Amino acid sequence: MKLSRRRFLAGSGATVAVGSAALVWSPAQASESNPQPGKVMLDYPTTTISKAGDLKVGQPVSFSYPDTSSPCALVKTGRKTQGGIGPDEDIVAYSILCTHMGCPVSYSSEERTFKCPCHFSVFDSELNGQMVSGQATENLPRILLSYKDSDDSIEAVGVEGLIYGRQANILPDA
Amino acid sequence: MFEHKKDRIALPPANAQKTQTCCHFCIVGCGYHVYKWPADQEGGLAPDQNALGLDFRQQLGALQLTMTQTMTNIVQDDDGSYHRIMILPDKDCKVNGGLSSTRGGQMASIMYSPQTPVGNQRVKYPRVFAGDEWRDTSWEQAIILYSHLTKLILDDAGPDQLMFNLFDHGGAGGGFENTWGTGKLIFTGLGSKMVRIHNRPAYNSECHATRDMGIGELNNSYEDAQMADCIFSVGANAYETQTNYFLNHWLPGLQGQSTNRKREVYDDGETIQQTKIILVDPRRALTVALLEQAIDTDNLLFLDIEPGTDTALFIGLLTYVVDQGWQDEEFIGEYTTGFEDAVKANRLSLDETSEITGIRKDKLIKAAEWAYKPKASGHLPRTMHGYEKGIIWGNDNYRIQSALVDLVLATHNVGRRGTGVVRMGGHQEGYCRPPYPGGRPAPYVDQEIIQGNGQMLTVWACNAFQTTLNAEQYRNEVLRRSDIVKQALRKVRGAGPEEMAKVIHKAVKEDGGLFVTVIDLYATKFAEAAHMVLPAAHTGEMNLTSMNGERRLRLSEKFMDPPGTAKPDCLIAADMGNALRKLYEAEGNTDMAKRFEGFDWKTEEDAYNDGFRRAGQPGAPAIDSQGGPTGHLATYERLRAAGNNGVQLPIKEYKDGQLIGTEMLYTDGKFDTDDGKAHFLPAPWNGMPDVVEEQRKKYRFWINNGRTNQIWQTAYHDQHVEFRRGRYPMAPLEINPDDAKDLGIESGDLVELFNDYGATTAMAYLEPDIKQGHVFMEAMYFNSVMGDLVTPWTDRNIIPYYKGTWADVRRIGRIDDYADKVSFKRRRYV
Repeated sequence: MKLSRRRFLAGSGATVAVGSAALVWSPAQASESNPQPGKVMLDYPTTTISKAGDLKVGQPVSFSYPDTSSPCALVKTGRKTQGGIGPDEDIVAYSILCTHMGCPVSYSSEERTFKCPCHFSVFDSELNGQMVSGQATENLPRILLSYKDSDDSIEAVGVEGLIYGRQANILPDA
Repeated sequence: MFEHKKDRIALPPANAQKTQTCCHFCIVGCGYHVYKWPADQEGGLAPDQNALGLDFRQQLGALQLTMTQTMTNIVQDDDGSYHRIMILPDKDCKVNGGLSSTRGGQMASIMYSPQTPVGNQRVKYPRVFAGDEWRDTSWEQAIILYSHLTKLILDDAGPDQLMFNLFDHGGAGGGFENTWGTGKLIFTGLGSKMVRIHNRPAYNSECHATRDMGIGELNNSYEDAQMADCIFSVGANAYETQTNYFLNHWLPGLQGQSTNRKREVYDDGETIQQTKIILVDPRRALTVALLEQAIDTDNLLFLDIEPGTDTALFIGLLTYVVDQGWQDEEFIGEYTTGFEDAVKANRLSLDETSEITGIRKDKLIKAAEWAYKPKASGHLPRTMHGYEKGIIWGNDNYRIQSALVDLVLATHNVGRRGTGVVRMGGHQEGYCRPPYPGGRPAPYVDQEIIQGNGQMLTVWACNAFQTTLNAEQYRNEVLRRSDIVKQALRKVRGAGPEEMAKVIHKAVKEDGGLFVTVIDLYATKFAEAAHMVLPAAHTGEMNLTSMNGERRLRLSEKFMDPPGTAKPDCLIAADMGNALRKLYEAEGNTDMAKRFEGFDWKTEEDAYNDGFRRAGQPGAPAIDSQGGPTGHLATYERLRAAGNNGVQLPIKEYKDGQLIGTEMLYTDGKFDTDDGKAHFLPAPWNGMPDVVEEQRKKYRFWINNGRTNQIWQTAYHDQHVEFRRGRYPMAPLEINPDDAKDLGIESGDLVELFNDYGATTAMAYLEPDIKQGHVFMEAMYFNSVMGDLVTPWTDRNIIPYYKGTWADVRRIGRIDDYADKVSFKRRRYV
């Protein structure tokens, strides 16, 4: 992933080009060169994680995304979930680095939450990683998934929310 | 500009401005750094390219920092320039050691920005109600109206008709600058005693008893918790309400990591043991639940006491301790008075104690042994007693606190490292005012207002519509009387402020009206009753000094301009004082003019130097300051140099470029009484007040109430912050699942709570840890006012019994849009 592919909107309302060579995004430019709309988020890789049929309810599968230093968990919660994918719409994935200070959270199959052992934050796996209680100021970043009926495969395609310990979700040498 | 999901963040460049600030929410006062830099720049990923000195070219390891989008914002200064800010915890601060709480971690988000939801809600200019609409106006016009009306009332009816709802604390909206500015105006200038404090209906202390006994309520250091043999926590829920004190100073000892700290301060040969903890709470709060996971449960004792029976617990323990001979006779004899009388008055057998408190006898004995039985070495254990609203707002504040401090004194658990009897605290503190002109008990100001007294009410950085007892009746009366003035103002056309003041004066004097001014960051719920709203500044928009729960004084530096024409409270008070001085001078009344002298302040530092730094100095008037007579040593410049560690009051000296403070009070056995001895006070068991008992007999649920981690001294901002309001669109009401089932209530349902005093609403949150017949409700929320249900009963010093009311609960219905977006997973870490 090259830095030059990074596209984002600056938070100030003014779109600014910064030292690290981000592109200025403009809908007009995007449509001139490409019929597809541009993206306001970073460019994420597409990574195949698992087959939906291989997942068991309450038993999370570890994977990393968008690169090897970002541990994540894929979970079949057993209950239809907002944004859930797969035949039962119950498969979700999250970064497991607590947004507070980066300790790895663990999945509780009983509560269907992620819990951080360092400062006791609890996140809801069935509600976009909403912080149930704790010290974080952001919800647990959600890994966006895509499901293919044809081969039952699950792919990670993006991240919502900033992963702990990063300036941007895509590292410069990724 | 709103972005629903951000996946990158702008780093502060290496040359970003870096200033110090304390979190202005809870009393703990964690240290943070504020980075500020031009909005069109950002730092690079290499360590030498960003102000944090971290290498963002790779994934950072755990515990290296906390840095989220919430900790950033874009602000605009008066010159029109935009800057980015980032506010991160200070690793070198002794209070938090780099930890960020869910409240402090959002400080950047709640700073004024013209483009954020929270920024949009700020009051930017003075507003006057002009009959049927609000009109923005200039400070000059607003102050003319305020000062003319004040003078008309003062000259005609005297200072008792000028009433105030007033902050008295530190942190945002408070601080030594602002308590002094307002106190000087109201006490010295106007001479009014009709003042109530932000969360209670009179001008009083929540700690009169301990002070009368000679012990200020903040008498140890946070690190004493690490040195304690036992922590005795009463009516406190430290994980949620003093989070980083708990995480950074309680947990290490409880997890056996503080042996070295103990070795430093213990006597030679004294037994060193792992810290144990006793938690007294009718509710299995989050602190209890997580400690069961985080520490060895053999060191944890949870006493789930019957509501309102704490006095019985303490006097029962005192009786048992004395019967065992565990008291410190030498200390009692040399440094205290009244021991025998107190022991006699407080006598309660273990059987009686168990019967009243609902705590089994074996647990009572275990608590007594942990906290007071001499250790193997023969030394008395070092037990730190931390208490907060569970007893402060309990069944007779003065009596409970007397009973607790009696027990502490008998066992010498004050003035030794690892001990202390301390309130855990709400806000930071920052008290510096001329002596209060009223007596004790102070007038019950809310009742005065209800009874039709008072012609002018100024509501300063507080909001009693959400934060008082018997709130429904209070609100209705204020609104009714306010409307009389609004009716009068509707008939005024083309009048200047002097003429308006005359019309208002007639309405308040002859027609029972009440003129209401709100001075705040936001148009609060109380502003519904207001005729004038004045915009104030807060931490970050002004320099502000406060002290935390271990008396640690810090300067939070100004790093941005306030929005619009908003200004610090102390300078608003100065404007009022100067205007009144001129009015009296103009009519040749030099005596009155003199009372408003000394407000020639240009900055908040002038107010600080006039109050905090003059206390106890030659030629200064009487000043009640938490800095005492050595406060003058703490200049802004020295406090800047002292950083986020500041200095613990009282200051001993300034030496070698450093302010030297006091870690622990009363180490010399000299207490704050006329004879220097600590005084025991009798505190016999009292039973339940009649008016409360009446509700208890009539209604099914005990309405326990308090704070949650995310909403704690922050609701005035939080109601405008998506991360918070999205989590709690209404006050959550924890209810036992069996009770809920019986009433046909599910998580997410809206419920009404009602009794003889009022009704309020909340959102049901089923929680098995709540006992049947109890509920727990988020207190003082913007759309769920628990105070509506609370009886007007108070203790002898007009301290409410907020924790003592009963009500029925019924299902109203359900707003799916609320319920679908809120997690109802268990908040407890189990």
